[in-house]
Amino acid sequence: MNITTLLILLLTGAIITLISGDKLASKVALLFSLVAFGFSLNLLLQFNQGTNISFISNWIDNPKVAFALKADGLSMAMVLLTTALTPLIILSSFGNSFNNSKNFYALVLFMAFAMTGTFLAADGLLYYVFWELALIPIYFIALIWGNGDVDERKKAVVKFFIYTLAGSLFMLVGFAYLYSKAGSFLLEDLYKLELSHSEQFWIFFAFFLAYAIKIPIIPFHTWQAKVYQKAPTVGTMLLSGIMLKMGLYSVIRWQLPIAPDAAKEYMPVLIGLSIAGVVYGSIVALRQKDLKKLLAYSSLAHVGLIAAGCYTLTADGLNGAVYQMIAHGFVIVGLFFAAEVIFRRFETRKIKELGGIRSQASRFTSMFMILVLASVALPGTYNFVGEFTVLYSLSQVNLWFAVFGGTTIILGAYYMLKMFQNVMLGETNPKVFAEVNLNEAIVFITIIGFLLFFGLYPKPINDLVNPAIKEILAVINR
Amino acid sequence: MQVLISIVSLGVFCLLAEIFNLRKLLVPITVIGLLAVLGISLNLWSIDNSLDTQFTSMMATNKFSSAFSTLFILLTIFLIAMSDDFYKEHKAKFSDFIAIKLFLLTGAIAMVSFTNLAMFFLGIEVLSISVYILAASERLNVRSNEAGMKYFLLGSFASGLILFGICLVYGATGYFDMGEIYDLSQGVGLPVWYPIGVALVIIGMLFKIAAAPFHFWVPDVYEGSPTLTTATMSTLVKVAAIATLYKLVSGFSVTIGYKVENIIVVISILSMTIGNVMALRQKNLKRMLAFSGISHAGFMLMAFLNISTAANNLLYYTFAYALAGISAFAVIIMVTKNKENENIENFNGLGKMSPVMAAILTASLLSMAGIPIFSGFFAKFMLFSDTVKVGYIIVVIAGVINSIISIGYYFKLILAMYTKDFDNNEYKPANYYIYSVVAVLSMALNIVVGIYPSLVTQLLK
Repeated sequence: MNITTLLILLLTGAIITLISGDKLASKVALLFSLVAFGFSLNLLLQFNQGTNISFISNWIDNPKVAFALKADGLSMAMVLLTTALTPLIILSSFGNSFNNSKNFYALVLFMAFAMTGTFLAADGLLYYVFWELALIPIYFIALIWGNGDVDERKKAVVKFFIYTLAGSLFMLVGFAYLYSKAGSFLLEDLYKLELSHSEQFWIFFAFFLAYAIKIPIIPFHTWQAKVYQKAPTVGTMLLSGIMLKMGLYSVIRWQLPIAPDAAKEYMPVLIGLSIAGVVYGSIVALRQKDLKKLLAYSSLAHVGLIAAGCYTLTADGLNGAVYQMIAHGFVIVGLFFAAEVIFRRFETRKIKELGGIRSQASRFTSMFMILVLASVALPGTYNFVGEFTVLYSLSQVNLWFAVFGGTTIILGAYYMLKMFQNVMLGETNPKVFAEVNLNEAIVFITIIGFLLFFGLYPKPINDLVNPAIKEILAVINR
Repeated sequence: MQVLISIVSLGVFCLLAEIFNLRKLLVPITVIGLLAVLGISLNLWSIDNSLDTQFTSMMATNKFSSAFSTLFILLTIFLIAMSDDFYKEHKAKFSDFIAIKLFLLTGAIAMVSFTNLAMFFLGIEVLSISVYILAASERLNVRSNEAGMKYFLLGSFASGLILFGICLVYGATGYFDMGEIYDLSQGVGLPVWYPIGVALVIIGMLFKIAAAPFHFWVPDVYEGSPTLTTATMSTLVKVAAIATLYKLVSGFSVTIGYKVENIIVVISILSMTIGNVMALRQKNLKRMLAFSGISHAGFMLMAFLNISTAANNLLYYTFAYALAGISAFAVIIMVTKNKENENIENFNGLGKMSPVMAAILTASLLSMAGIPIFSGFFAKFMLFSDTVKVGYIIVVIAGVINSIISIGYYFKLILAMYTKDFDNNEYKPANYYIYSVVAVLSMALNIVVGIYPSLVTQLLK
């Protein structure tokens, strides 16, 4: 049994969901995503026992492309993040009704399939195929089932697609060049390449375009807020919870080890840009009137910090980045879900029109509160572990980086708590706010439970991730 | 050889079928006949008789020619299968149209298997004249007449150039035979009109594949012709022409000089850019695909920069491009059959009305744009990777930028299908099952070839 089975499972899930009919689709999709999660836990168990779960076989002879899937601690962590969030995201959509729901859920599972593939691929072209494949479902999810005015949504989604595709195509040229040098796309062969200084610069730059757009790093972020706002909440969760992690993961897996010298040389610029995103995102978030847009900008700030952690090229920075990727994935899904829960009841996301929910729904209030606190990295939540490690590593590089990076916590606390105050507290709202139902509660409790448990006991994740990061660092510092 | 004879006899049978009143059975019989021919062609595969020439050394069957012939036969099967419904109103001329399509196929096969320039010219004329007739086949439609006339005038001008070029080559070498010309071109001392002749032949072929700056006829002819003819032109004819161009370029002089490569670079970038930028502004779908075809011609020309891998890359690219074209045109014919024009508004709301057809059209457009798992992605990737290998990164970057531009117009159609509502309720797309079958089959082939590119790339090994 190897990791290919997981991919096959998700793909069959997508196909069966498509033919299961509109009524059953959501349940079938949930079932398959749960099975996939169980299966990936089982894989983790095997992986920890030291069983070889990687898979490699020849795919195309000329150009020489292998169907190579490799699992190390980093990939396993990202795959588990994907398979754990997918059922939560599907469950979170149970309160909504979609036209053509069989297509919708099939696309969600297909996207999970593509993203899992991206995290596992150990062959450049295979990785690229999965990377692009993930773009198609999210395009249709945001386009067809999104909210707001059609023309505006269309503009936002097409902009997103063209941006990301443009970035990826330059990465493809980078891969084509690497292939002409190495004669293979295999990760290990690419790691062994001795590239000259200028070659490294161009490769690094081509990859950077793809990742900076996906993550997004300033100044490539302009697509983000609009798409997050216009996409259906499920799409926003997939984008912010998992898809942008593809960019961050790829930085660690592909960009840094293949062109380490360029990464070292441009480190101040890269960290500077990432931190600029932190400050910019935080300040813009302060002024947002739309709940979803506020969360989008807060996400921009948080991923900026993660990217900065990646580009420090230190063990702490990379480890912290991975922790924070996982923590951010969970917390942002929870926050967007809270926004959706409010929208289901009040049909608005304007912060001004909200308020006075606390007295009507105390349980929802406390769960939302915990998520807000987790997102500002309160000690005791897993986000604290991540952000603290990253900030520590930044301070090792240059204290000022840490000072500016730290604004994510200070400003974050300010805008998140202000938002919480305006949305939840105040005089009792005249409109009725029903307490969360069972499905909604399960989603919240799972997320909160995860964040608190690993906040107090982060060792399992550390043990999983640290050896893999150590290996990658060895390649970077070769 | 057997392939050519059997196709011609099938064509003659089609003409005779009128006498025996077999009109209703004509399409099934032809399709079955072509499937049999496909079998023969595949059977000949194992025998590599590249040295063995036929018709007093007029033609030779080798892997290159049988690979492309197989593709042509496949495309013709799809095109003829769609004819049954398409020419419903032209009962009296029905068998003629089928026969012309078969003769067109013989022309295409002659073009990829010639060993003598006379045969090459014969092939290209058989193909061209068939297409002129098909373009003007809607006799009472002014636009179709205009298209046929324009195509005929400019096409015969290009044929004239080719003939003139062949004469100069003959004058320089004293041979029509490709093998002899090849041997002579390796040595030195050929008179100056040899390169002039070669250039004239190549310019004529560039006209046929519609590369810029020889592309001006394309939009009008594509728009005016009956849609099925447009499908034929943009798939079969274009593919045949580009394969022939490869055969000529590699036959005339293997050692392409530095200057010639620069010209290819310019024409390739020019075609890609002009095609894509002009396509952005089109409202008529056939015009849009015409410009998109010009840009694809630019991409295919990129393959010539690395002549050692060009045959393989061209074969794969043409497979990908033609299959995507067939499935796209099947849907387009189905939707616009009973419409006055082929404007994009006709596709509004197709995603709701017939989701499968909309999905197939979307998939074909994504394939043309070069998105993975569809064969279009690997086609572009192989081109890029082999062009990078020989150091022409500038062309690859132009190709990448053009791929991004092309998203703009391909997605215009996709957006229309999925985000707009159809205006009039009484309208429904013609529900002829044959179009769906053709579209589904060619898309399935496209995806299979996309997932296992080796299926096609190994054909020439």
